[in-house]
Amino acid sequence: MAFELTTERLAILEELLPKYPTKRALTLPLLHLCQEQAGHITSDVVTYVAKKLELSTADVQGVVTFYTLYQQKKVGRNVIWVCRTLSCELTGARGITHALEKKLGCHVGETTADGEFTLFQAECLAACGQGPMMQLNDEYFENLTPEKLDAILDAARRNKDASCAVTFSPIGLRTRKQG
Amino acid sequence: MPVENPRILTKNYDTPNAWTIEAYERAGGYQSLRKAVELGPEKIREEVKAANLRGRGGAGFAAGVKWSFLKVTPGKPNYIAVNADEGEPGTFKDRTLMEKDPHRCVEGFIISAYALDVHTVFVFVRGELVLAIKRLEQAVREARAKGYLGDTVLGRPFKLDIVVHAGGGAYICGEETSLLNALEGLRGEPRLKPPFPAVIGAFGAPTIVNNLETLATVPTIVDLGGDAFSRLSRLHHLRDGGVRLYGVSGHVNRPGVYEAPVGITLRELIEDFGGGVRGGRKLKAVIPGGSSTPVLREEDIVNAPDEKHPLHAWHGKSHLDVPMGVDTMRALGTMLGTCCAIVMDDTTSMVRVAENLMLFYAHESCGQCTPCREGCAWMARLCRKFADGTATKVDLDTLGDVANNIMGNTICALGDGAAMPMLGILKLFRNEFEAAVGKPVPRIGEGAAS
Ligand SMILES: Cc1cc2nc3c(=O)[nH]c(=O)nc-3n(C[C@H](O)[C@H](O)[C@H](O)COP(=O)(O)O)c2cc1C
Ligand code: SF4
Ligand code: FES
Repeated sequence: MAFELTTERLAILEELLPKYPTKRALTLPLLHLCQEQAGHITSDVVTYVAKKLELSTADVQGVVTFYTLYQQKKVGRNVIWVCRTLSCELTGARGITHALEKKLGCHVGETTADGEFTLFQAECLAACGQGPMMQLNDEYFENLTPEKLDAILDAARRNKDASCAVTFSPIGLRTRKQG
Repeated sequence: MPVENPRILTKNYDTPNAWTIEAYERAGGYQSLRKAVELGPEKIREEVKAANLRGRGGAGFAAGVKWSFLKVTPGKPNYIAVNADEGEPGTFKDRTLMEKDPHRCVEGFIISAYALDVHTVFVFVRGELVLAIKRLEQAVREARAKGYLGDTVLGRPFKLDIVVHAGGGAYICGEETSLLNALEGLRGEPRLKPPFPAVIGAFGAPTIVNNLETLATVPTIVDLGGDAFSRLSRLHHLRDGGVRLYGVSGHVNRPGVYEAPVGITLRELIEDFGGGVRGGRKLKAVIPGGSSTPVLREEDIVNAPDEKHPLHAWHGKSHLDVPMGVDTMRALGTMLGTCCAIVMDDTTSMVRVAENLMLFYAHESCGQCTPCREGCAWMARLCRKFADGTATKVDLDTLGDVANNIMGNTICALGDGAAMPMLGILKLFRNEFEAAVGKPVPRIGEGAAS
């Protein structure tokens, strides 16, 4: 079925459009909005974005593949990005990554069998003084120890109304709510 | 003598709900804007020049000078693009400004836009920084409701919009022309320069690209006056003015973001702010300002007997006792960069450090230039061989050659930013690579003191 943005999200797009001199400039924001709704960037989303912004699908696909935040495959209900870069490695990122792999039963780059979590490795997430750290959906967890992970993962498992689609949202509905 | 710790940029960091407009105004917020509109655009630009405000994004270019390059054509738009893409490994200062004091950022954007007759400010924030984006968006909404921007600025006929734009996740988008392409909805591939953004920038229009901290400092400059601001620095005489945010991470007792005058030393940053090396261990090396800046060691001594040498004043002192300024660090053969240091103790293998860093650049190269695309991946593979113990002596020469062949042969500075730290590590720690031939190197955290 063809992809359509909800009216609520469409309203965000309509509000943003006049702020930019070109339609193309909405490519990144619109992809974020679509991903928030669809969970990942399907080929239907690419077609939709291309049509909305009067671009070719190749243009949009080229953008999607350039950036790390656009998921080209289905991901888990929760997405974890564990930082592996130097400040975090110096403070124990390797141990945290191994602990995550063990606790989740999947490797970096994979999704757990129950579809609850996808585990990715991130390059520096600008929290170097609080390493080791990870981002779970749109929240940062810092100064991690393997022991702290259980409570964090349990809370994410229990949070049943969350799906990564709505919890990671650099531009969509959650970000725009007063808070 | 303990190092000074002024609370100017970080004034509101500990205030509850500091990110709301009520808290910001209670602490005197938006008074600089009132003063600025009284001064008028030209006077603001003069104050910023007098402030000797060197860009906080990495290259250290004087903001006042950059502003004077903006090509103005009557009737045509100009833009400000705020660089809040903070992605340089080891750097975590801009995020604190956005999360803890977003209104200071917004006030800085408004004053800067007013000074440059710019009517749209695009704030390009790393997409990962969801809380920062949320706080900035809220701050813009609140400021608009109060009449600080919108159809008028404090009742003056000056139309201004601030647009918070979330990136898609790519380190390279911190490079200013890549940022402009990303903003325009393209792949974040850097553009050839010239033309510089101040002549042809976003959407073909002249654009000033400044780091977020650079612009968040502007309210203070208006408040104190440019010269008084500049004099807060220990390097005012080198035209490197004011106070700035420092970061310290890695093997220190108190990692974090700290505010201090320009020109404190690395030793002060590590000891006084960072609380010294963790576990009382010995310091092995420090990366002074983000991963692209070559490492320094305590045991290296400044050799500048010539009175005309920029480092003559520190002749005979340790590299750690040279003040951290844009020009002093350059004279030491490294860079001030983002002013966020990464500290490594004596258990750390520099082969492993190089491996970690080169993996980063291999992952983040945009792929446009062959020397960078192939070279970064090649350096990463070679470092991995040294780490695994499968490297040969020839690989050591190759590693240096590859790095040297990237230098100066690429479109943007990412290539150099990968090659410089690699060459820096090879220069100071060549022995560790030689020792790693045929012998695996312990991982970071699993090593013994060397
Ligand atoms: C690969 C690369 C990444 C960069 N990343 C950033 C960044 O994340 N934030 C930033 O402000 N500047 C970054 N810069 C520097 C910018 O290109 C530019 O010099 C800076 O935004 C100018 O602002 P300033 O003069 O206020 O420092 C980067 C440069 C390069 C080459
Ligand atoms: S130097 Fe590297 S990152 Fe910069 S344009 Fe060339 S390939 Fe891209
Ligand atoms: S190195 Fe992990 S957040 Fe910067």
